[in-house]
Amino acid sequence: MKLTHVMSASLVSGMLAVPAYAQTEITWWHAMGGQLGETVNQIATDFNASQSDYVITPVFKGTYEETLTAGIAAFRAGEQPNVMQVFDAGAATVIAAEGATIPVEALLTEFGSGFDSADYISGVRNFYADNDGTMIGMPFNSSTPIMYYNEDALAAAGVSAPTTWEEFQETTAPALVEAGYIPLAQSHLPWIFTENFYSRHNIQFATNDNGYGDGTTEILIDQPEIKAHFTALTEWIDQGYFQWYGTGWGDNQTPFEQAEVAMWLGSSGSFGGLQATAEFPFSATLLPYWEGITSEPTQTFIGGAALFAMSGKSDEENAATAAFFEYLTSPEVQYMWHRETGYVPVTEAAYALAASDGYYEEKPAAEVGIQQLQLPAGDFTRGYRMGFYVQIRDVMNREYGRILTGETSVDDGFAAIQEEANELLDRFARTQG
Amino acid sequence: MKRAGFRNPWLPILLLVPQLSIIMVFFYWPAGWAIQSSFYLQDPFGFGSTFVGAENYTRLAESGEYRKVAWFTLIYTLLVTFLSLSLALLLAVKADKVIRGAKTYRTLLMWVYAVAPPVAGFLGLMFFDQSVGPLTDFFKLFGWDFQLGVGYTDTATAMVIVAVWKQIPVNFIFFLSGLQSIPRSVREAALIDNGSGTQRFWDITFPLLAPTAFFLLIINITYALFDTFGVIDTLVKGEPGNNPVTLVYKVFIDGFRGNDLGGSSAQSVVLMVLVLILTIFQFRLLERRIHYT
Repeated sequence: MKLTHVMSASLVSGMLAVPAYAQTEITWWHAMGGQLGETVNQIATDFNASQSDYVITPVFKGTYEETLTAGIAAFRAGEQPNVMQVFDAGAATVIAAEGATIPVEALLTEFGSGFDSADYISGVRNFYADNDGTMIGMPFNSSTPIMYYNEDALAAAGVSAPTTWEEFQETTAPALVEAGYIPLAQSHLPWIFTENFYSRHNIQFATNDNGYGDGTTEILIDQPEIKAHFTALTEWIDQGYFQWYGTGWGDNQTPFEQAEVAMWLGSSGSFGGLQATAEFPFSATLLPYWEGITSEPTQTFIGGAALFAMSGKSDEENAATAAFFEYLTSPEVQYMWHRETGYVPVTEAAYALAASDGYYEEKPAAEVGIQQLQLPAGDFTRGYRMGFYVQIRDVMNREYGRILTGETSVDDGFAAIQEEANELLDRFARTQG
Repeated sequence: MKRAGFRNPWLPILLLVPQLSIIMVFFYWPAGWAIQSSFYLQDPFGFGSTFVGAENYTRLAESGEYRKVAWFTLIYTLLVTFLSLSLALLLAVKADKVIRGAKTYRTLLMWVYAVAPPVAGFLGLMFFDQSVGPLTDFFKLFGWDFQLGVGYTDTATAMVIVAVWKQIPVNFIFFLSGLQSIPRSVREAALIDNGSGTQRFWDITFPLLAPTAFFLLIINITYALFDTFGVIDTLVKGEPGNNPVTLVYKVFIDGFRGNDLGGSSAQSVVLMVLVLILTIFQFRLLERRIHYT
């Protein structure tokens, strides 16, 4: 009796919810959990409320790796979503699979009101683009590694945040140790101390124009600059200047939040979360560089992830996707996303809106990521394009962990990465044959 | 004597069809696919695949990393099997002697059985947490600077402890029922012949438990090889890094994380062969020497 009551009630409400006219429904697979997921759902709800032609349904598919794998499996079964979020390391796999996605430029030109890559801030334009600069993926949650610091800790030690690694090891770190802090931790060795290390110092990361060209690509990782950096890291561990808490992101962030570690290298997208968890005044600054390598440090490129429009969908659905992308890149939505999460706004207009709103006067740390993305560019600062890169990162993490725990030497570790990564690149090249 | 049989030759086949089709769909078909794709190099999106012969296998044979993973898997399996069997046997023998409150005591020991491997992994994460884990603090008392996810041995230790803890109740239940099925008369006769409890255990009880122990041995080996996946995945927090991993977890990493379907298929075929050998070993060599009552 009671059950039928409930059932009929839900049936009625279900019928009421169905609108009289036909709406085009599209799906969006993403990897944004927790607080970020809430914001993603908010954007989708707002988009659905903003117009009456389209309905987007966001679906959380797990980690970045899981989302990519789920998307690929779905594509092979012909069940792909309209929009799929793909992270930086998976970009090469998706972009190489021509025909799996519709380039965002083509999508917006055909179904939207055009596309101009100059609308996007520099440092965002190239990472998800092909060799000609045509944007394939729509940059979504874009971040770059920056250095957060505990203001109390630095004040106690009587130092300011270092701009170079030389300054760090000679001045900052000894003073922080003296003040009872672990000076430094970081959360992602391949991203922060490899990919962006290369970009910050404008060093070539791979042959064939960092992999963007049409020829065969070989990684250039067994190189003196990065090896010197990792040698310094092992020395810093011995001196108590640096602590490594494992490959997990959170394990390295927690000690900073607990004010044991004074400075932490994380994502500009960590800002939103840190505001909620850190109980001390903190700020951020640019990623330090080695003066011994370059006197003119360059920009970093975006990490995080982009949204790809999957192919094999009807024109109506593609039009819905285009409408959603336009909504997403509108300055107001970008600004809201930037404020809620700490990810950088991807368009110039959104950045200008945030600035004119006085957001950066209130929260200077929120601007650091964008400033770093807009530093002078170099020949090798637009990113990298390497297939099977998820596996290559795993190899890096494995060898870096061994180096930092003293299981292997810097020389052996980097030689192993070079060899295994190039074997993987060769394999990937042959899958594309 | 008249042989019973089916009049219609199609009837037995018809009756077997449900069973056979399940085996076909859920085992032979995917296994066939795995074998086939292990000879190919595939584009992740399935746009093209190239026949590469045995390359995916020779690559494994030449890989020092794969050998390391195989070694770890072997040691891990031996440790998990040995520890969970011996501890469960000890607990079962002791529980068998408990008279007052026996049921409560046994139920408490079996409880952990209901915990799913990933949940066991999460409990492990909490116990071995780098900053607030009670077991981490416990190890520190002995001067061991235990750090889950940093030191290779530390992470391996946590994996073994959690996997063993999770498996003990299963073994305990089987050992206990095995012990209780030993006839009272045999035990009493032994008691008259020999006063030493330890000796009675090894001479009488243990041989009579052999069928149970053998069955559990196979179950535990397959558990350590395959079912600890959830424990490992949770304890490494999805980031293999420099952590120890088992062969099955590597199949997952390369195939589902790295999107290398050919390489991952070759690894799963290697595991299939391993299971085949284990099964042959079970049926041919050991079953003959063990006498079931």
